Amino acid sequence: MTFWLLLTINSITFGGLLFLLAAGFSLIFGLMRIPNLTHGSLFMLGAYFGATFVGGLLGTVFNFWLAALMAAVLVAAFGALIERLLLRRLPGQPLAQVLVTLGISFIVADFCLMVWGGDPIAVATPESLIGIVRYGTLAFPLYRIAVIGIAAVVAAGLWLLLDRTRLGAMIRAGVDDPDMARVVGIRVSQLFTVVFSLGAGIAAFAGVIGGPILSVYPGLDQYMLPLALVVVILGGSGSLVGSIVGSLVIGFIYNFGQALLPELAYFVLFLPMLLVLLLRPQGLFGRFVP
Amino acid sequence: MSRKVTRRKFMAGTAAGVALTTLKFPAPAIAQGAPFKLGLLTVKTGPLAQGGIQMEQGVLTWLKEHDNEMAGRKVEFFSADTGGKPAGTKTKAQELIERDKVDVILGPLAAFELLAITDYIREHKTPTLSLAGADDLTQRSPNPYFLRPSATSSQAMQPMGHYAATEMGLKKAITIDYDFAFGYEQQGGFQAAFEKDGGCVANKLWAPLGTPDYTPYLAQMADCDVLCQGFAGSGPLAFMKQYANYGLKHQVVTGETGGDDALLHAFGDEAVGMISCCPYTLDLKTDGNQHFVKAIMKDFNVVPGFYAAGLYVNCDVVEGGLKGAGGSTEDKEKFMAALKAVKLPDSPRGPISFDHLGNIVGNFYVRRCEKMANAPYGLKLWNKTIKTYENVSQFWTWPEKEFLSHPVYSRNYPPLKKC
Repeated sequence: MTFWLLLTINSITFGGLLFLLAAGFSLIFGLMRIPNLTHGSLFMLGAYFGATFVGGLLGTVFNFWLAALMAAVLVAAFGALIERLLLRRLPGQPLAQVLVTLGISFIVADFCLMVWGGDPIAVATPESLIGIVRYGTLAFPLYRIAVIGIAAVVAAGLWLLLDRTRLGAMIRAGVDDPDMARVVGIRVSQLFTVVFSLGAGIAAFAGVIGGPILSVYPGLDQYMLPLALVVVILGGSGSLVGSIVGSLVIGFIYNFGQALLPELAYFVLFLPMLLVLLLRPQGLFGRFVP
Repeated sequence: MSRKVTRRKFMAGTAAGVALTTLKFPAPAIAQGAPFKLGLLTVKTGPLAQGGIQMEQGVLTWLKEHDNEMAGRKVEFFSADTGGKPAGTKTKAQELIERDKVDVILGPLAAFELLAITDYIREHKTPTLSLAGADDLTQRSPNPYFLRPSATSSQAMQPMGHYAATEMGLKKAITIDYDFAFGYEQQGGFQAAFEKDGGCVANKLWAPLGTPDYTPYLAQMADCDVLCQGFAGSGPLAFMKQYANYGLKHQVVTGETGGDDALLHAFGDEAVGMISCCPYTLDLKTDGNQHFVKAIMKDFNVVPGFYAAGLYVNCDVVEGGLKGAGGSTEDKEKFMAALKAVKLPDSPRGPISFDHLGNIVGNFYVRRCEKMANAPYGLKLWNKTIKTYENVSQFWTWPEKEFLSHPVYSRNYPPLKKC
């Protein structure tokens, strides 16, 4: 009983973390039509920044939430630079753009290794969320449950942005039909910078939020990127609902798949992606076929 | 005057050139003075980088201390990054052996990397000293050019199993490790020794290499006295943190990678009470070790662990072998024999020698991780040695013949019994 309950709760909490990771990826994929292969590295870079801020930089120890926001802003700025200086020089060449993002991911990974070294770094759980929630024989870390809340807040924020602001309307128009959007006068190229930057920032934020659970170490990017990819392919790109549903589904498959079918752990994770691509390529809630 | 190269001139020139190359120039008798070429296969990128970077630091510290000389010969050092992938290892090994013409290879780091190049080094007769576990390379398929001054994958876990059953009185264990050769061999060793002394392993869990969230496995850890984990690299840190976060309180035991002293600075309270059995321990108070630790702290400001110490010892062994072979590596068999005959009474890991299969026989230290207010090197945790097993071979207390008659430790061997 405890086993099933524990895994169910973790499926939702891990799903929450995956949502934070995948939301940015989904936005970028939706608007710019390219899978951003730097996404895992941006997650990791954000986590490293967060770890440094939380651990103390130049004598100042930053509050966890402040550290997360600072990391997000830093990486968002970096994302904007990547988009303006590199991706914008390759308009209409999605393959070249994807390869550039792949190359940047290697550079970022090496940079992190150079600056922070090869040893793993632990990120301290924020004071207010240290603790274990108990229910009978079940024990669950408080922080992981809090991640559900954080993911919900970010999801609500993104929904407000996309649904209630002019910027959001422009983004949705760009996702639905970039050419028509341009005809109507929407500066889609500028939107690209905004969205890439936003996606990068959310990824970095996710990295810091994930820090107390996963720690930060070289190679983290390579494990998180495929998960983002699977969530977005399954849920559909450019769709917030798709990201939420995809994250939850993958959260469940990750936990129960590894626990019940350990030999097939990663096969079980990528099988749904394969099925979706074959049977419904736009994903469950996707706006277009990638 | 025509400057054209006529066909006649060309032919004459080529003939002269070819003739020159066939002339035998007197081979200068400078074999002793020729530089000794040392190659290192390590991992400096990706998840195994934590150990790989330390491996290089261990070698560089040794070379610095010895003025870049081994047995009186200048050392040319070639370091290669395999990326932690067997294909990369093969490529880099080829570069080192065929392009750089190294005399000895140190490394590679991982067992699966070593298995990828074992035939290649046997073909090229290049003496190789590695930290990689891969049990069978000094057991059932011994490679005559391979020497292992560190430990087989199971060598540290066998005394750990024995200690857990006899000195700690633990009866029921669950093991968890990565789903690959190093994991299987570690846990196989633990299980064999633990069950030999009256314990029982109830379940063996296997996590994919590098999985970020261990919850699916933590959910299965009910009802046992002891958890044996054998993670490496960044795994021990993430795993112990998640373990503590779920409020699990079983005794944790581990091997040389899980208890690596290099991780002490990264661990938090979750590691307190963890028992590990390692071929190297930072708190060994011998001259040999203190000397090494001072040197590497001075050169790199890192607290050394099993990887750095292992490579430092490797260099000591290579120098010992080179001295024993009279400074020359021309005769590969003689050099290998000299390497195997090396006995170091005061290496950083204590006294060591080799068995006839090229594997180390040495001390293994059981340590408990404790909170220490003023630990050396600015640490807050310390692995305190609580027991030393001496002259531990790869076969633990089993007779060699009996040990080798069983299959190599694998995912399903030893098989699980009902507990």
